[in-house]
Amino acid sequence: MTPPRRKRREPKPPPPPRPPAPQQTDGEPPPRNPERLYTVAGSEDGARAELDLVTLIVARDVPQPAASPEQAAVLRLSASPLSVAELSAYLNLPFSVMTVLITEMITAELVQVRSPIARQAVPDRSILEAVMHGLQRL
Amino acid sequence: MDFKGSDTIPGPRTEDHLPHTAETAVKIVIVGGFGVGKTTMVGSVSEIRPLTTEETMTQAGIGVDDNYGSESKTATTVAMDFGRISISDKLVLYLFGTPGQERFWFLWNGLFEGALGAVVLVDTRRLEVSFDVMGRLEERGVPFVVAVNTFPDAPRYAVEELRTALDLTPEIPIVECDVRRRASSRDVLMTLVRFLHSIALSRALT
Ligand SMILES: Nc1nc2c(ncn2[C@@H]2O[C@H](COP(=O)(O)OP(=O)(O)OP(=O)(O)O)[C@@H](O)[C@H]2O)c(=O)[nH]1
Ligand SMILES: [Mg+2]
Repeated sequence: MTPPRRKRREPKPPPPPRPPAPQQTDGEPPPRNPERLYTVAGSEDGARAELDLVTLIVARDVPQPAASPEQAAVLRLSASPLSVAELSAYLNLPFSVMTVLITEMITAELVQVRSPIARQAVPDRSILEAVMHGLQRL
Repeated sequence: MDFKGSDTIPGPRTEDHLPHTAETAVKIVIVGGFGVGKTTMVGSVSEIRPLTTEETMTQAGIGVDDNYGSESKTATTVAMDFGRISISDKLVLYLFGTPGQERFWFLWNGLFEGALGAVVLVDTRRLEVSFDVMGRLEERGVPFVVAVNTFPDAPRYAVEELRTALDLTPEIPIVECDVRRRASSRDVLMTLVRFLHSIALSRALT
């Protein structure tokens, strides 16, 4: 029996920038103090787009009485670093909703971003070497 | 949305907390057709109980539900499961298992952006379901390896036969695995990372 056959494809030029992330409410002013996030990829299309699934979030403080239940939950869970994906899973909130919530909390200086991942075309060799060693120990 | 307040949210178990020293996270994406073993692979190597993150999309499939709060077109929920491996005190690896259909990928804002690379899981009983996904990765320039999840009743092909069928260049690794076994899934990841390292090395030399 011979397997079905495929035809290789060539790399395409990168697609146009992705559409802006969903707006929670219209007319909301842009985040007040987003410069930390702009360092991630140099993009200007809003802080929210810079939150990756694996961006690590850490609470700056314990929840204050004024915090919303969602905010309190995020603060409690991110007392030690936790990825946006994990927060989304534990809080049972869609990923896009989670990024809106976290972006607000970054702006309000309730949480901070631990790991703006470097979005290079080719990953850093030292990171790859570390991953290899880590997997070897598994 | 079924948010119930912070006290009812089950958070990570104590042993699932990352150390405070964790500062960098990287990701690998596991793609493949329906039922090919993505969830099993994530589960067999993850140090945490695999988790699921969800996203909703309108039936038209445009935008990530851009009308929250208003009554929307029928929304579909798409789930993606993921796991985690602590590499060191500072570095964490996340694994995302995602369906092969490319129409779902846009939901995960930048899923492949910044990913180290991808594992394409294939089942030789239905090789063709992975064709499109490989093509999409090639178009996006995402490096990948092919892992053949060996089901007992699946046809067995020699690696070179598969390479010809899949039209893969000689350097792309093709490995067999049993994703139910942790060591086997780990070896697939090792193969990918070694491959990525060789790419990084050769780019550095040119
Ligand atoms: N014999 C055998 N069975 C496997 C193997 N890997 C997975 N399975 C079984 O195949 C079924 C599908 O595996 P999943 O891990 O759920 O596959 P998936 O790709 O996540 O499936 P979807 O998310 O539904 O697309 C499960 O019943 C697994 O137990 C394998 O290596 N060998
Ligand atoms: Mg699955």
